[in-house]
Amino acid sequence: MGIISSSIARKVAMALSGLFLVLFLGQHFTINLTSTFSPETFNEFSHFMGTNFLVQAILQPVLIFGVIFHFVMGFILEARNRSARKVSYVSYKGNTNSSWVSRNMIYTGIVVLAFLGLHFYDFWFPEIAYKYIEANPSDATRYYGELVEKFHSPVRTGLYVLSFVFLALHLYHGFASSFQSVGFNNKYARGLKKFAKVYAIVIPAGFIFIALFHHFNH
Amino acid sequence: MKLTLKIWRQENANAKGKMVTYPIDGIEDDMSFLEMLDVLNEELIAKGDDPVEFDHDCREGICGACSLQINGEPHGPDRLVTTCQLHMRKFKDGDTIVIEPFRATAFPVIKDLIVDRSSFDRIQHAGGYISVNTSGNTIDANSIPVNKHDADDSFAAATCIGCGACVAACKNASAMLFTSAKVSQYALLPQGQVEAVERVENMVRQMDLEGFGNCTNTGACEIECPKGISLENIARMNREYLSATAKG
Amino acid sequence: MSAFKSNIPEGPLKDKWTQHKNDINLVNPANKRNIDVIVVGTGLAGGSAAATLAELGYNVKTFCYQDSPRRAHSIAAQGGINAAKNYQGDGDSNYRLFYDTVKGGDYRSREANVYRLAEVSANIIDQCVAQGVPFAREYGGLLDNRSFGGVLVSRTFYAKGQTGQQLLLGAYSAMNRQINRGKIKSYTRHEMMDVVLVDGKARGIIARNMVTGEIERHSAHAVVLASGGYGNVFFLSTNAMGCNVMAAWRAHRRGAYFANPCYTQIHPTCIPVTGDHQSKLTLMSESLRNDGRIWVPKKKEDAEAIRAGKLKPTQLKEEDRDYYLERRYPAFGNLVPRDVASRAAKERCDAGFGVNKTGEAVYLDFSSAIERYGKEKAYTSGHKNPSKEEIIKLGKEVVEAKYGNLFQMYEKIVDQNPYETPMMIYPAVHYTMGGLWVDYNLQTTIPGCYAVGEANFSDHGANRLGASALMQGLADGYFVLPYTIGDYLSKDIRTGKISTETPEFDAAEKDVKDRIARLMNASGQHSVDYYHKKLGKIMWNKCGMARNEQGLKEAIEEIAELRKDFWANVKVPGAAESKNAELEKAGRVADFLELGELFAKDALHRNESCGGHFREEYQTEEGEALRDDENFKYVAAWEYKGEPKEAQLHKEDLEFKNIELKTRSYK
Repeated sequence: MGIISSSIARKVAMALSGLFLVLFLGQHFTINLTSTFSPETFNEFSHFMGTNFLVQAILQPVLIFGVIFHFVMGFILEARNRSARKVSYVSYKGNTNSSWVSRNMIYTGIVVLAFLGLHFYDFWFPEIAYKYIEANPSDATRYYGELVEKFHSPVRTGLYVLSFVFLALHLYHGFASSFQSVGFNNKYARGLKKFAKVYAIVIPAGFIFIALFHHFNH
Repeated sequence: MKLTLKIWRQENANAKGKMVTYPIDGIEDDMSFLEMLDVLNEELIAKGDDPVEFDHDCREGICGACSLQINGEPHGPDRLVTTCQLHMRKFKDGDTIVIEPFRATAFPVIKDLIVDRSSFDRIQHAGGYISVNTSGNTIDANSIPVNKHDADDSFAAATCIGCGACVAACKNASAMLFTSAKVSQYALLPQGQVEAVERVENMVRQMDLEGFGNCTNTGACEIECPKGISLENIARMNREYLSATAKG
Repeated sequence: MSAFKSNIPEGPLKDKWTQHKNDINLVNPANKRNIDVIVVGTGLAGGSAAATLAELGYNVKTFCYQDSPRRAHSIAAQGGINAAKNYQGDGDSNYRLFYDTVKGGDYRSREANVYRLAEVSANIIDQCVAQGVPFAREYGGLLDNRSFGGVLVSRTFYAKGQTGQQLLLGAYSAMNRQINRGKIKSYTRHEMMDVVLVDGKARGIIARNMVTGEIERHSAHAVVLASGGYGNVFFLSTNAMGCNVMAAWRAHRRGAYFANPCYTQIHPTCIPVTGDHQSKLTLMSESLRNDGRIWVPKKKEDAEAIRAGKLKPTQLKEEDRDYYLERRYPAFGNLVPRDVASRAAKERCDAGFGVNKTGEAVYLDFSSAIERYGKEKAYTSGHKNPSKEEIIKLGKEVVEAKYGNLFQMYEKIVDQNPYETPMMIYPAVHYTMGGLWVDYNLQTTIPGCYAVGEANFSDHGANRLGASALMQGLADGYFVLPYTIGDYLSKDIRTGKISTETPEFDAAEKDVKDRIARLMNASGQHSVDYYHKKLGKIMWNKCGMARNEQGLKEAIEEIAELRKDFWANVKVPGAAESKNAELEKAGRVADFLELGELFAKDALHRNESCGGHFREEYQTEEGEALRDDENFKYVAAWEYKGEPKEAQLHKEDLEFKNIELKTRSYK
């Protein structure tokens, strides 16, 4: 791993990949939100993202790499951290000095990862198959319908809602904490951290809203 | 005051340890936590048992020798104190107190509650200094004015007593708060600038070699630190490290 | 045996040290690589000496009983370090620092040593700042100073209430640099058990690895003892629990004279004892006397009411308070030297004016300081007509900025808020001016065995001024010993490595092992602490703040008796071949039981009162110390002759050519 062999480099890499995913999440959310008021806009955006060469050939691989990097690194760090305390405490009161979310990033992360699996199964794999394997003709209006269809099932909608709750928990610590990791901790950082906490709740809540909106409106 | 103590007993580094329960009576509010253990040890000696071994020295909160994970927290439930200054008035009659050594792979147990914290020393050997000769042929102390704010921040970082509570509290047994306090003390002073790049690289490398965990910013270290060393130091060290890496 | 000669260089006081440095022999850098030096103790003196010797090129081994050199008890020094920098422009100079120190020591120290100390003091500050010690600074970015007891200038540099820790970390950082270079090998959790002499010269030590219990041999061309003071002979003191006299006492038994053991400093501002469980006493920095006023009630009935908990100190009107230091010593007031302040507190408490449950405490009150600072602060922030509440609020902030950590420490221990109610304080054993006798070169009477810092006797006379211990430790370690030891080592450049496989090492190791076996195999009636506490009681009651002939004679007998009982009946559980805190304590207490007797003998022979040594028979009508320069203007250096009471006295006469001997007055 060369350059990321030190603990601080790993921590910064974790933060930067996380920040990148947070950024992507914001963009994803913005597009999805349009589905609740304008199926046309949603279709336009989706079509653009799904067919633009730059997005498909460059941003998409970068994003996939970012996701894989973030969770692989997360697992590596977790393994190292566990080996840093081989004998555990009989009594350990973590809640007196730190938040539950900060101590359980690995678990909230695993849930989000599992969700990503579901999400890829639902949208990404069919999409890739549709476009590149079956090589169907381009259809700029299919996206909204595909989206709505997925949220018919109450089980799936429930799973999505639950996953977003975990995403919120993950982001609640992760987003704000990434500033500290990259060394940004001063009076401006305090404002930014507040923004990060709000973002961590609002964006997943928004996703939940979208899921429920489509579930109950169709 | 009557208490039940559950204490980790371990003969030596290689032995298997276990928790042992000791009832104790006659504890007074004014006693320090270590004085309470003194009372227990006197009883154990009188009974012909081996006393409980624990690290301690100055008993005024500055040498950093005392440790102990007390009821799941390093230096016990009180804030901004070391175990030697934790007083029994913080406990109630009838309480059960669980006493364990600081746990970290980089802090192996020596005996009972004593752990080996020489990993901290090795981090400091790697770069915790400014390379000036001790000849006394230095420039006048007042020839480099230091901004009071920086001097105060440097002092605040330098108040670290090297007790290891940060490692003990951290769920990852990370030594970032300790190392960053040492890095920050020098990073904030003009005298420390010359070797800034090598210092942070060498100290972080040693910290990693010792087998401490990674920082995940839970903030437990800052809360449990008996000297209130701030997380800002960790951010500063990250910056220093990044700029050192950038400079190559 | 090296001669009992002070080796003070000739010439005018001001030029002695410079001249001496020019005259002594040096070791060339290539030869230094072949010379080993052992340093026992890693506090300010030992740490700085080790770092400097290693930097010069010697191979250094350091030993400390703590798990890290950084934990040596120098770390606990709070208030500050003196240096004649005259940054405040208040008329300070090397001579004035020298004068204050000799006077503060009640004219029982060597002029030449003290002058040298004053001379190098300024260098210490330069050195420490270069090392990155974060001293307190003013807004202009320059170093700040405060004043300490017994002087009329502000020459104390400080880092809040943590000066000792910052200076020690500075010395430790210098050590780190040398450890990293491989020039210092640091042995932690190691206790020196004996010094080994070959052909009359110190050539190594026997040490116990405190983790494994292994007895180790270490050889060197010279041995430096920087093992601190022996205040723990009193059981309760401000020393760390592990502070001990073993290294110094082992050297004494091997031929090093022990000087002035009875000169002990009882520090006036410590947190009072609360009960029998007490294991140690906590100091409240002398710097507090800059702003705190010391008082007891004027009327006995008020004192009684306070003791019974019926009256609060804050309820007592100004005219019912006796600010006894300001009353007795108007010129210096609350900033009289420590010995004077301590005795005055004892006098008031003995007379029945003490203020805590045990009747052994006086008040240290910050209410006037809070008001004074509050007013100043209000004015400077443009508030010309502040209310009482505002003044107090602002004043508390100023006091917190100055002494916050000390106030917090007090509150944690006593559970009272010192911003609201006056602190309670009482004198406690703090520092020992006595120690191994050394000449001007800091060499003991064993050739090749040096003593630095509190372990030697040299610079403070019969009483040490505040903020001078740090100065002396660092002066010895950074600037004096590294030069003077070269003179001795220059004769060793052809000696080659010292072997540890010699009859001398065999014999010393056997002594150590036998002694441990005796301790492990005693009848096992009482714990080590039982004896230590008993010894402490004898010392405090009969060799404490006031001593008299009868008490001292009793003390000598009682300590000898206790020692006999100890060796027969002490109980040391566990095994010698493992970590064993009780065995460690037992070895130390065994030596305290010998030192204590010599202490009493020294106090008994010194028929005068001076500094920390106050004999009730020798006082003025006003109760001040009465010195006898005609008969006792000497250093009492004791030679070991078997039992402590048989020690033989050697006198080093003290010459005062640059200072007129006067009765010390702080009125």
